[in-house]
Amino acid sequence: MTWKRKHLLDIHSLSKEEILAVLDTAKGFKQVGRRSIKKVPALRGKTVVNLFVEPSTRTRVSFELAAQRLAADIVNFTAEASSFKKGETLKDTAKILEALSADIIILRHSSAGAAHFLSRVVDSSLINAGDGAHAHPTQALLDLFTMREKVGDISGKKVTILGDILFSRVARSNIWGLLKLGAEVTLCGPPTLVPKSLESMGCRVTYDLKAAISDADFINLLRIQHERQRHSMFPSLGEYSKLFGLNKERLAWTKPEAVIMHPGPVNRGVEIDSDIADSDRSVILDQVTNGLAVRMSVLFLVAGGTPGNHSEVKSST
Amino acid sequence: MQSEIAKNEKLLMDSVQTGAMIQSMVDSIKQQHSNPEKFAIIGIQQKGVLVAEAIKTRLKSHWPSVEVASGVLDIGMYRDDLSANPAPTLQPTFIPEHLEELEVVLVDDVLQSGRTIRAALDALRDFGRPSRIQLAVLFDRGQRKLPIQPDYAGKKVDLRDDQFIVVKSLEEAGELEVYLTLK
Repeated sequence: MTWKRKHLLDIHSLSKEEILAVLDTAKGFKQVGRRSIKKVPALRGKTVVNLFVEPSTRTRVSFELAAQRLAADIVNFTAEASSFKKGETLKDTAKILEALSADIIILRHSSAGAAHFLSRVVDSSLINAGDGAHAHPTQALLDLFTMREKVGDISGKKVTILGDILFSRVARSNIWGLLKLGAEVTLCGPPTLVPKSLESMGCRVTYDLKAAISDADFINLLRIQHERQRHSMFPSLGEYSKLFGLNKERLAWTKPEAVIMHPGPVNRGVEIDSDIADSDRSVILDQVTNGLAVRMSVLFLVAGGTPGNHSEVKSST
Repeated sequence: MQSEIAKNEKLLMDSVQTGAMIQSMVDSIKQQHSNPEKFAIIGIQQKGVLVAEAIKTRLKSHWPSVEVASGVLDIGMYRDDLSANPAPTLQPTFIPEHLEELEVVLVDDVLQSGRTIRAALDALRDFGRPSRIQLAVLFDRGQRKLPIQPDYAGKKVDLRDDQFIVVKSLEEAGELEVYLTLK
């Protein structure tokens, strides 16, 4: 399959073949990470900008290292240190970056649709590094990569996403990706954070934790984003932990080969007990390593040129 | 036995002719490499791998007591035309250990501009510094754009720009056939 997209904005508009192209390409880049020289010249001479209007450390660092390992030049623009504070609009900032010949802009923004918007106003390639509660495509891709590394084809596998689904772009992108690859998705968590209406996406919604995790092949625990829950969607972190936190007793409900995932940062003692997070059932650190390979893959693919032939789908979730 | 022939394809060399050509390359390689312990053969993805396998199979009967070091190399990350072309599909790379001590014969099916070999030399450098690198190709079709020449060439051919050489492997290990196809 030949990759023709100039941007990576969401998972929803990708075909199954496109998702697999990213994941297969990432395999090659994961190999690069095991060499003594962890750098290849694929993006030599390209300029990549990390435009992080919403704070993030791990995604930004992952993209930064990915660009460096591809021999691109990368600069970081963060909200705290940029002209946003002085009132410059997102569009103006992006136009400035374009005037400085940015080939690829990686955008993290608190508003859903920000990456789609910028992709229409600048000529640079856009990679969505998370926009509001909408999409976080590279996180979903690295989760899919990690699952496939464990079991091969994930078609027919049961994946349970647990926790804050409503506010989670990670959940939304994961659900689209998993369904496209044929996995069966179950969502579970407090009813205020897991509305029944999510069943319309094609997944099962349950509030019974035991039913949700007992037959799962993968359990993806999402972080409770307490900074986003302005309206108090549940009484306390303590109560969440008591009802939905993964502890030793509940781990015994799961299949022994079930894999525990978490996109990080982990709230130890809230979504997951410390000793489970550190156990060999968890692939949390593999997810970080794979994130680097997947982001190298995405940068490599969108950097590929097909003059005047980009088939961009403008749709969104 | 022939493999399936697509439209626009015509047989250029059957497996007997190809085998004879590979055998003469193997004879030249043997003349220049007396120590199989210090020898490695690396095929460039994808068709160079087939040719490297064919050479390795024949070397085995010459050096029966030694497992010849071998590898495969994908040059997708080392191309210099990413801005003009879609990103290539990456294939696996596997490079033998202790490259520093080895004399490497890099193998490809067809040599033309020399750009693939340039990329392969760059890629190999990231894995180590072989004591020597040589180049073996099944076909040299001229038209070089870089100062790169083969140490072993099965055959020199003069083809039109729209003609392409396609190497196919038969079921028997190391048996190859060659087709000519139009763009």
